[in-house]
Amino acid sequence: MTVGLRETHDSATLHVTGQARYVDDIPAPSGCLHLAFGLSDVARGRLLSLDLSAVRAAPGVVDVMAADDLRRPADCSPSVHDEPLLCDGPIHYLGQPLFLVIATSHLAARKAVRLAVAEVAEERPILTIEEALAADSRFEDGPRVWTKGDTDTAMAAAPRRLRGSVEMGGQEHFYLEGQAALALPGEGQMEVHSSTQHPSEIQHKVADALGLHMNDVRVVMRRMGGGFGGKESQGNALAIACAVAAERTGRACRMRYDRDDDMVITGKRHEFRIDYEVGFDGDGRLLAVDVIQYARCGWSQDLSLAVADRAMLHADNAYLIPAMRITSHRLKTNTQSATAFRGFGGPQGMLGMERIVEHVARDLGRDPVEVRRLNFYAAPKEGGPGTGRRFTGAHSRPPEPPTTPYGMEVTDFLLHEMTEELLASSDFEARRAAIRDWNARSPILKKGLAYAPVKFGISFTLSHLNQAGALVNVYRDGSVLLNHGGTEMGQGLHRKVTQIAASRLGIPVERVRISATDTTKVPNTSATAASSGADLNGMAVQAACDTLRDRMAAHLAGLHQTAPERVEFEGGMVTVGGQALTWDAAVEACYLGRVSLSATGFYATPDLEWDRLRGRGRPFFYFSYGCSVTEVVIDTLTGENRILRADILHDCGSSLNPALDIGQIEGGYVQGAGWLTTEELVWDDKGRLRTHAPSTYKIPAVSDRPAVFNVRLWDAPNRAATVYRSKAVGEPPFMLGISAFLALSDACAATGPHWPDLHAPATPERVRAAVTRARG
Amino acid sequence: MGIGFLLNGERVEAEGPPTRTLLDWLREERSLTGTKEGCNEGDCGACTVMVTDERGARALNACILFLPQLAGKAVRTVEGIAGPDGELHPVQRAMVDHHGSQCGFCTPGFVVAMAAAHLNGDTDFDTALAGNLCRCTGYAPILRAAEAASREPVPEWMRDAVPGGAPAAVGVEAGPGAGDLPPAEGWAGRRDDAVATVATEPGTGPVPEAKGQRGETVGGTASLGTGAPPPVALPPRPEAAGAAMLPESADALAAWYMANPDATLVAGATDVGLWVTKGLRELPKVAFLHRARDLARIEVGPDAIRLGAGATMTEVLAAVEGRFPSWARLIRRYGSAQVRSAATLGGNIANGSPIGDNPPALIALGAVLHLRRGDARRTMPLESFFLAYGRQDRQPGEFVEAVTIPATAPAFRVYKLSKRFDQDISAVCGGFDMTVEGGTVTAARIAFGGMAGVPKRATAVEAALVGRPWTSETVAAAMPAFAEDFAPLSDMRASAAYRLEAAGGMLMRYHAELSGAETDVREVAP
Repeated sequence: MTVGLRETHDSATLHVTGQARYVDDIPAPSGCLHLAFGLSDVARGRLLSLDLSAVRAAPGVVDVMAADDLRRPADCSPSVHDEPLLCDGPIHYLGQPLFLVIATSHLAARKAVRLAVAEVAEERPILTIEEALAADSRFEDGPRVWTKGDTDTAMAAAPRRLRGSVEMGGQEHFYLEGQAALALPGEGQMEVHSSTQHPSEIQHKVADALGLHMNDVRVVMRRMGGGFGGKESQGNALAIACAVAAERTGRACRMRYDRDDDMVITGKRHEFRIDYEVGFDGDGRLLAVDVIQYARCGWSQDLSLAVADRAMLHADNAYLIPAMRITSHRLKTNTQSATAFRGFGGPQGMLGMERIVEHVARDLGRDPVEVRRLNFYAAPKEGGPGTGRRFTGAHSRPPEPPTTPYGMEVTDFLLHEMTEELLASSDFEARRAAIRDWNARSPILKKGLAYAPVKFGISFTLSHLNQAGALVNVYRDGSVLLNHGGTEMGQGLHRKVTQIAASRLGIPVERVRISATDTTKVPNTSATAASSGADLNGMAVQAACDTLRDRMAAHLAGLHQTAPERVEFEGGMVTVGGQALTWDAAVEACYLGRVSLSATGFYATPDLEWDRLRGRGRPFFYFSYGCSVTEVVIDTLTGENRILRADILHDCGSSLNPALDIGQIEGGYVQGAGWLTTEELVWDDKGRLRTHAPSTYKIPAVSDRPAVFNVRLWDAPNRAATVYRSKAVGEPPFMLGISAFLALSDACAATGPHWPDLHAPATPERVRAAVTRARG
Repeated sequence: MGIGFLLNGERVEAEGPPTRTLLDWLREERSLTGTKEGCNEGDCGACTVMVTDERGARALNACILFLPQLAGKAVRTVEGIAGPDGELHPVQRAMVDHHGSQCGFCTPGFVVAMAAAHLNGDTDFDTALAGNLCRCTGYAPILRAAEAASREPVPEWMRDAVPGGAPAAVGVEAGPGAGDLPPAEGWAGRRDDAVATVATEPGTGPVPEAKGQRGETVGGTASLGTGAPPPVALPPRPEAAGAAMLPESADALAAWYMANPDATLVAGATDVGLWVTKGLRELPKVAFLHRARDLARIEVGPDAIRLGAGATMTEVLAAVEGRFPSWARLIRRYGSAQVRSAATLGGNIANGSPIGDNPPALIALGAVLHLRRGDARRTMPLESFFLAYGRQDRQPGEFVEAVTIPATAPAFRVYKLSKRFDQDISAVCGGFDMTVEGGTVTAARIAFGGMAGVPKRATAVEAALVGRPWTSETVAAAMPAFAEDFAPLSDMRASAAYRLEAAGGMLMRYHAELSGAETDVREVAP
């Protein structure tokens, strides 16, 4: 069986030889045209007039389109139709596309857009969380509030209380491949190649913009050069623009954003401020938590409501809190529309909770790890009643049902054992003592050490998205072609899915090819997002393969006068009643027997029930867990800092492919640590993004990875009935990076007696400020 | 007629305006789409190619490499890293085996950078790969692959024969004399043609947003003259009629530039490249300086070191490594391997960045700047060159020829502060050199980048130290002097207040380091 093996990425050889094709590498049909957007250089106002005469006259320009030139209004929004492709009057942010240039080359288009003259009645932009609150500029009527228990009473009764606040910046996706699309017109139909995590959405939006039915639009996606959520909705504009221009000119049109344009136009992770009040006892037991989350959503709704919901859903992280109120403000600002980004609000909600626990521990002078463990959800009862196992321990709570603030019972909580093992394997206690001594001897440099847990809910919170389809074709020569609704952005989804197919059919993975994701093969797919790629599509492929196998088994059993249950598929052989056939021979026999060798598969996640307005129900099929320990060092003179070591234990259930899963964990940790350290987005007071290229926006480089980096899998089957009992792995490891931030805070705290109040990203400047506060 | 070079072992000719980038040419004209555009400004490494010439093989960013810079050289793209029969190069094999690619988009750039390091026997991967960004893997598997591959021999097909002669070791004092390089065989420029006169674009001053520490304009602007060495004229194109000049010596450059003070001088194109790829500027008249090898000469004397303006930062690093370890540490963080192998010391000075990185170090070292205009030469202390933001003491037709620094400076230190350690532009960069006799400070040279419109000496801070005992009390007492010397700006890299605080912190660090305390977070072991 190939499931569980450390198979390499299905495109690894293509990657290393430069043969792997991305959208912009697809050979252009002759006469292909190239597009560029002309962008607003003010953040808010009204477009009074647009003089495009110089643009039209520029070398290489074939056509120019403003909103009035569109045959139908074209909208790019994935949610509420509030994103016109081209400005239709109001200007919402600096970087908003105003017009579209169609030219004979990418360079000619880029040069031409700069020649436009826009007359704008400028207005004062709303840029910050504070300005949006003052102006009551928001999505939805007011804040969303979810409660558990009576928070005010519990707070008033708590022996100790603390208030605080933590700010956390957004994050640029910085997928290495920028946004790109290519549209090929023909016969009233449109074929679109788009670097997208959501081909069905592109299909829907392109059809809408052209006034076509969805069956007239085909969207193909072979692979993305990274997505991370940034290609869930942000590719819509390019695909629509290409389709509109292709329809207008009758020629193929392609578009890619220059990196600076990409960063200025597209949305990023939501910036948050989280205010809190916490009531607790002298041991650090949390009794009441009141959290207010302020999310800066940018100019359009995009996916912000779901992102903000997920931040609320992770406001508890791993802790059982008897009384909790979570208030969420979704603020509308004149900035890029914040969008999906790995974790989808979860990291922000979780960092808020980890910050509260840290604050409580510092206030009490108690070990933060002990305070965390004290407040953990209870471990699942093994074996249930009557097994003789007692569900109590030194710190365990009274046996109240371990329920999240949104009323879902936590039945699979693994962090007690995982924490125990990670603290031991990382030699946590001894290192902490050594660091204390080292810090006492080191006046300028200080080290910090921190542990952080992750509990992340798996499923789309918009329940209907939890479905997937697959199409599997077996050809006469025994080769297998499969297609499913998921997209490949580097995570190795296609490899995992081929492993599943190969395991079901009992053949080597080399016999299975996955074609590009294609809306003509599998319809109505969900975005490859929410870590769900393998869970959903793997199950759909499994179903399709099982259908094929059952058909083949029935036919072969008939031929050999045996029962279908006695037909086995293993090791490239099919055994029928004790007689072995090669897979190829079995396929040929089925073909000759007129057995259909093409099958679809479908999967819908069971047991989900969620009322997002009330904040009650069971939004997740299960939880993924992980924990990490990070050691850092800071320079107290300048705030410069460095991650020295990271130890990680992460739960992937029964891993479908440990090599790929470890890759997700290593990459997720570094990306998460980047969010909280070097990656800073800066806007000026005009709303201009000042960090719009890798020269100014700094994702981790090679030397920023931990010098010592120990990553291990917690290998235990998922309690939920997922594909081969595996667990999702895309997003959860991102939040392991929170331990790097907590370690920096720990190092700052080593410089003085006061609360360092570190904010994110912890740039040298913020670390230095926290040192100053700690010293008082 | 155009620029001739070897591409993956095959002789090719490229045509186009002189500012056409290798990346665009590879992708658009040759359909070699393995080389990727990630940022188009030399910061991500997805477009890394390997270029070999008489100085050896090195990784460079194709997105800011103009075609004339390749004349007579050998270029290897990712498509040329595997063997002729498709056999994977050891770094490719290792990247597959160690799961070093996820989305795969950065992978070709990594593979080429790794193959170049492999060829050169370079195993300092943190340094060699600092210019290659990966957003998926967290780098760990890539490092495992690089280490595994380093144990494998270099495949024979990787050794490019350089048209201009056998690769020579990059080294101090190894530069050939003026004009005695044989013309490269593969270079097919029209050596007898005159430079086409084209409409003059006013000014080649700073681009709207200068990208800081990099910079190769050794000069700025200037008219056609006679007696110049044979220039290369490239066929004009409608979108950018232009001409390029490739002088073979400093003398040739001096004569031509005197006559053409409106020209743009391009050494490594790591800054001018961005004028083109991001500023979308057309450069009607350009001279490429890389063939003037005498301009790149580094001469080490008993008392002084003369660093030619055309020396790349990789060459400067090799020259100063043993003598000025602190400066060498700074240079390793300057740009990336790809940038340092193109960027020159002279360009970094001439572009007048307020941050610079080399200027604060050089000013603290007491560097003397050598300028040349025609046959006229003059010298000045480096700090005098920087007049104001965007303005230097350089006449039309005058260019930076060299910098002289003392041969030793044991108490010299330079500190770079940035959000990310590698390949980031400094928020503050501080250079310090001091003489302490009998416990008393007798002389001090302190200079900062990022604190004013120009790299600038901290004269008030120096005055607060000189004549006083070299103690932490003296250092503390000097802190208010920073505000006398500097009124820095707030921008996306740092606030003004923090810049002042950090500059003061650097002086404290300097004192602590000279006193033997542990001060460098990069030296701390877990």
